[in-house]
Amino acid sequence: MGKKSQVIQKDEVVIRFSGDSGDGMQLTGTLFSETAALYGNDLSTFPDYPAEIRAPQGTVGGVSGFTVHLGHSEINTPGDYADVLVAMNPAAVRANVMWIKEGSTIIYDKDSFTDKNIEKAGYLGDPIKEEKLENYNIIAAPISSMVKEALKDFGLDPKSVLRTKNMFALGMAYWMFNRKLDYTEDYCDKKFKNEPGIAKANTIALRAGYYYAETIETLTPVQISPAPIAKGRYRNINGNTATAWGFIAAAEKAGLKLFIGSYPITPATGILEELAARKDLGVKSLQAEDEIAGICTALGASFAGYLAVTTTSGPGLALKSEAIGLAVMAELPLVVVNVQRGGPSTGLPTKTEQADLLQALYGRSGECPVVVIAASTPSNCFHFAFEAARITLEHMTPVLLLTDGYLGNGSEPWRIPKMADLPEIKSPFAKIGKEPYLPYKRDDKRLTRFWAIPGTPGLEHRIGGLEKTIKGTVSYVPENHEYMVRIREEKVARVVEKVPNLKVYGKNSADLLVVGWGGVYGHLITAVRELQSEGHKVSLANFNYIKPLPQNVREVFSKFRKIIVCEINLGQFASYLRMNFQEFTYHQLNKIQGIPFTVKEIKDNCIKLLEGK
Amino acid sequence: MTNTQLIQYSLKDFKSDQEVRWCPGCGDHAVLSSVQKALSELGIPKEKFAFISGIGCSSRFPYYMNTYGFHGIHGRASAIASGVKIANPDLSVWQITGDGDALAIGGNHFIHTVRRNIDINIILFNNEIYGLTKGQYSPTSNKGLVTKTSPFGTLEEPFSVGELVIGAKGKFFARTVDTNVSLSTSIYIEAAKHKGTSVVEVLQNCVIFNNGIHDVVTDKEVRDDRTIILKHGEPMNFGKDNRSGLILDGFKIKVVRIGGNNITEKDLLVHNAHESNPGIHYMLASMRYPEYPVALGIIRAVPWPTYETAVGAQINDIQKNSEIKNMDDLLNSGSVWEVE
Repeated sequence: MGKKSQVIQKDEVVIRFSGDSGDGMQLTGTLFSETAALYGNDLSTFPDYPAEIRAPQGTVGGVSGFTVHLGHSEINTPGDYADVLVAMNPAAVRANVMWIKEGSTIIYDKDSFTDKNIEKAGYLGDPIKEEKLENYNIIAAPISSMVKEALKDFGLDPKSVLRTKNMFALGMAYWMFNRKLDYTEDYCDKKFKNEPGIAKANTIALRAGYYYAETIETLTPVQISPAPIAKGRYRNINGNTATAWGFIAAAEKAGLKLFIGSYPITPATGILEELAARKDLGVKSLQAEDEIAGICTALGASFAGYLAVTTTSGPGLALKSEAIGLAVMAELPLVVVNVQRGGPSTGLPTKTEQADLLQALYGRSGECPVVVIAASTPSNCFHFAFEAARITLEHMTPVLLLTDGYLGNGSEPWRIPKMADLPEIKSPFAKIGKEPYLPYKRDDKRLTRFWAIPGTPGLEHRIGGLEKTIKGTVSYVPENHEYMVRIREEKVARVVEKVPNLKVYGKNSADLLVVGWGGVYGHLITAVRELQSEGHKVSLANFNYIKPLPQNVREVFSKFRKIIVCEINLGQFASYLRMNFQEFTYHQLNKIQGIPFTVKEIKDNCIKLLEGK
Repeated sequence: MTNTQLIQYSLKDFKSDQEVRWCPGCGDHAVLSSVQKALSELGIPKEKFAFISGIGCSSRFPYYMNTYGFHGIHGRASAIASGVKIANPDLSVWQITGDGDALAIGGNHFIHTVRRNIDINIILFNNEIYGLTKGQYSPTSNKGLVTKTSPFGTLEEPFSVGELVIGAKGKFFARTVDTNVSLSTSIYIEAAKHKGTSVVEVLQNCVIFNNGIHDVVTDKEVRDDRTIILKHGEPMNFGKDNRSGLILDGFKIKVVRIGGNNITEKDLLVHNAHESNPGIHYMLASMRYPEYPVALGIIRAVPWPTYETAVGAQINDIQKNSEIKNMDDLLNSGSVWEVE
């Protein structure tokens, strides 16, 4: 398709599609990233959209963005600063100007830079001038008029015509990165199977954009060769879908059925939606009347012998606290997922944060231990959902799985596992024996009680939230209460048997250990690798197991001169580490802006610390 | 598979080894016996019963039943019971609750469970007071009731259980009196047989904090004249002499005497519990003494598809036509590519 005289080879590039929340930027970004993945690049993506479904048109608050970071080598973050910004209106320039690299390429829809839109974005005149971007590679493309022209004989109403603007922009991006159009064209044909006219219009706009980019001769095509990725079969997956699938996989491995009781809440809803769609695999899902009913129906299903999960985000976890306490007392398997968002209260529903850690650990009445684990990449949400299910089913104690908005919505290519390679899960089911079944009699090793499923003759029993004796009799005996409190705590502690040791990325002994947990992994590993390649003696340890902690933490920490704990909160994990391992000094890097760290700010802080400042 | 026809139980089989700890004279004792009696007559294997409760005096009930039981948290029994029944529709699931548990803190779960028509049998002990917390007014307390938290009388309109059930699209509502063991037992049996959410309101006496609250209608001396026991297909007559009755007068139900104003038994309303239109059922459920007799018996019992059956049917339907049969299929579905 046309000549490409001069092609620049690059190792990685970040492209950000940005426009009004009705401009179709999420789809544009998704199609671009899927095309890149099929080509063999490694990549990481992140959607960023307003909480309002349609915020006032043309305003900065209504800007919706989708960032794709693709590369020829391993990619662990969606990228901090963009090399290419596609801006569908002036507000998109304003919203992203802080997040583009010096001298980057900005493609914008000239036609949407009307006086009215310029004013709405808060500019007085030309945004490019006002932002001092004249020396950047600016492509003022008349996207609206080009699609009108391309589709003029098509008989589509003007609104539908303008809706193809995103395809025009996407076509330009494909030319720029030397990509084929076939994946996107197939997508349009399938998506608009029943409206062939719309499918065709989108394809025409896509091609028009592609040819336009070629014709203007101000863009230089960039080649990013495929990444050396391990052999195997791949797919793109986001964190919420991966979480949902992890549970289905665990149910299959446990030979149990799966139940989800949940209430819609951003950014966790995707898990409920995916599981609701999985009737083909027998998943029973209930969109409950509220968060409390979500967890209580799940607990009921667990009592009846299901692998039961409930999913939520911060404020919803607060509503579920009492029922988590009941699950702890009843000693039934239950997974609670918290896809963390900016808090407190309604906070920043569509933004990410890690500030629910202490709520997850301690936010209940009484001595109420639960296992807490955290996923650290969009695709490993699958592994940790599976792991959460394994632990809860094998140890008969609720597990809280923490992900966050950044992981839940972010996506990356994922090597598809084979079910045969995943471990079997075995629950301690009660059996009818000579002795009568005692609901709180325990396994010696793991201290789990035995799970007796209603419907089984001879195992009738009663459980509940009141303190009990081994027989299940309600008891107010002081010594019994202390015994039971201690044994529930010890039961959670014994989960450590299969918790893998904390992994150190880099040397086991160095000047600085960067410590993180959960979703900060991608930015931390990128920063630490860059620091290492620049000659700094820095390593990374990122926690996935929070309670119980891995067994080798003290040993790992003791080999480093300094430790810095980086998290998207005011220092909750650092406090937790101080409580558990008091002998170390913990420096902190904290950010509470609803967005992930940038690699640069991690590096800057590490260097400062290394220099003793 | 056990042949249900061969199962012979007595009331004793449903008693657990736990000492019953309700106050002497509490209406709950009679409800417990009536339920145990009903269960022994249902022919359902004992291991298939699950009793779920919330918090309150009545919610201790599962401990006294030799069945599967789950004593939950305040207000949430409907949700827990829903999860149990959706997971295993083969179980006979019972929810034991009170006026505070079901209608105050658990009001939301209660109405939504009724709306979904999940096959749960809900026994709602209505003593119009908070007993376990020692005497505060409840959502069914009469306006003006003086309690520890309403020392000058409540200012709130009470809920009527039946009105709420019907308003929430309920398909089964019955009312009984704690001490009337034979009526209660027969109602519990019908509630169990009804497919869908069955709500049975028990006018229950709290001897300590609201003693005698229902006496005005349930007392032996007056009950025949102040209550009417509704039976499907039978005319609505009541009274010691059985000569009082109910007719429809315009838009309202009216109490009449047979023989007066040329009224014969043929003029009386004939109870049709199966009618899906809730109009008359609502009026019957709302009747209050002294204007009306209080309606007892099965007021509404409309056959209707249940939620958990629909869940199972939907899954079967989709599974029949789906190419995704297991997790490996799902993992490899959609856009996938090989890296060589």
